[in-house]
Amino acid sequence: MAPGDERTSVPAYAERLAWLEAQEAAPPADRRGRRLLARGWTALWPKVLAIAIVLAVWQLIHASGWKKDIFPGPGATLADLWDQLHTRLLWQAIATTSERAIIGFGLAVVIGAVVGALVSRIAPLRAAVGSLITGLQTLPSIAWFPFAIILFGINTTAILFVIVLGAAPSIANGLIAGVDYTPPLLLRAGKMMGLRRLSLYRYLILPASLPAFVAGLRQGWAFAWRSLMAGELLVVIANQPSLGVLLSTDQDQADMQGATSIIIVILILGIVVHTLFGLADRAIRRRWGLAGTA
Amino acid sequence: MMRQGNSVTVTGQRPAVEPADGGATGTVRLAGVSKVFGRGSSAVRALDQISLDVPPGEFTCLIGASGCGKSTLLSLVAGLEEPTAGRVSVSGRVALMFQEPALFPWLTAAGNVELALRARGMGRAERRERAAELLETVHLTGFGGKRPHELSGGMRQRVALARALAQDADVLLMDEPFGALDAMTRDLLHDELDRVCAGRQLTIIFVTHNVREAVRLGDRVVVLSSRPGRVIDQFAVPIEHPRRIDSALVAELAGRITDRLREEMSRGTR
Repeated sequence: MAPGDERTSVPAYAERLAWLEAQEAAPPADRRGRRLLARGWTALWPKVLAIAIVLAVWQLIHASGWKKDIFPGPGATLADLWDQLHTRLLWQAIATTSERAIIGFGLAVVIGAVVGALVSRIAPLRAAVGSLITGLQTLPSIAWFPFAIILFGINTTAILFVIVLGAAPSIANGLIAGVDYTPPLLLRAGKMMGLRRLSLYRYLILPASLPAFVAGLRQGWAFAWRSLMAGELLVVIANQPSLGVLLSTDQDQADMQGATSIIIVILILGIVVHTLFGLADRAIRRRWGLAGTA
Repeated sequence: MMRQGNSVTVTGQRPAVEPADGGATGTVRLAGVSKVFGRGSSAVRALDQISLDVPPGEFTCLIGASGCGKSTLLSLVAGLEEPTAGRVSVSGRVALMFQEPALFPWLTAAGNVELALRARGMGRAERRERAAELLETVHLTGFGGKRPHELSGGMRQRVALARALAQDADVLLMDEPFGALDAMTRDLLHDELDRVCAGRQLTIIFVTHNVREAVRLGDRVVVLSSRPGRVIDQFAVPIEHPRRIDSALVAELAGRITDRLREEMSRGTR
């Protein structure tokens, strides 16, 4: 109509687009390798420092002569740990305890996820069970042991039962929170696309809940690990060495170095698993673009 | 240019229209539509007696100050909300685009488009092919594997456009889709939208508060008042395509619409 209204020609359009893209999307440079190293060191040095501080304080207390007869120094303890690492017994104990942890936590994940999924979807169930789950979460799971021992006897089932009761509520709550906090805008977008009921759940709500679910898993793991240790100290099963059994044997024999060594083993196992959850969490955050500008 | 009279009823004094299946695919009809939020003394009348006919293939822009219920109107057409009074009828499938791209962060750009295709029941191989085509349509070939956070704002909104197109809708509702973008990117997306529309019979209802944008894109600009939202005026846009947002004709009509809006706003404050 007007002479000023000429059509933007296709090549000109593509050119402008390319220019704009170049301005907007600065591609991540090829500094990835170096950055990984730097990040590894950044993550590592505080840990090294923390261990150094603990050892130094420990050594100081030992050197001060406090409870000299029974309180071992780091040198003697680490030597004891080194010796124990060369026995079959410790490895058997680690294997037994890990197996219980894996089975117990696995059951808790399955049960927690199923309960969480049902409660988050079914309103009446939610009113009835929702606060119960939170209540269970705050109940120290060690309180269940008399119940479990009377019900199942002194055996692995009793320990697994308490692990599940300790961990499943956190896992269920994680999933429920994830479902609840699915961004309403994404829900609207999904509904407009024609996602309904099951497909809405499968393709939208569940993936959107993943970060909260992983947070629930992480917390559930912490509860499971505590329940397991309490269980192994209370439910001592004959001829089945576990970390808890070794600890209580050391207690009976007043073997302070042995007990401290086992505590270190338990601590390290816990940290390793916690780190794995941390890695999973970070991987999700990076994938989603939620990570800070690290 | 004169203001054009057209078939659209401005106030809600007409009887309810026939059901949607009476109109051709892509027709949107609102007849005496009101929407009230809340009850009693705290009730807010968001829309008041809106009547609007959008024929198939028309690009209608809704413009008005904030609080004029533009987004509510789109929600009604999309079927996300029910009108308090009156009747909304839409024939054909509806897709909705928001000011934010609302992409799913756990899926890639292509994955987002494919999910819309999957919701329509399309098979995997066909989905992949079609998603690639749609991304090509919005000039994003080669970006299909990127996740939303790796894309710029304009690129994300183009993925959202591809995703909306993937729904194979007859009616596309756009709620200030370019409002959060810079002028340069917005200008490009206007061209993009023109191109996309040219090849399709697509009814578009486009909400914006940018008058020039409305004139640049629309076949018709509908002006709404604020609190409650009411249709106060309509302008046909008889400017030939392709249009430029900075052309004199666009500026001239935009100026007149802005005057009309000002007049309405000053009436409201008096």
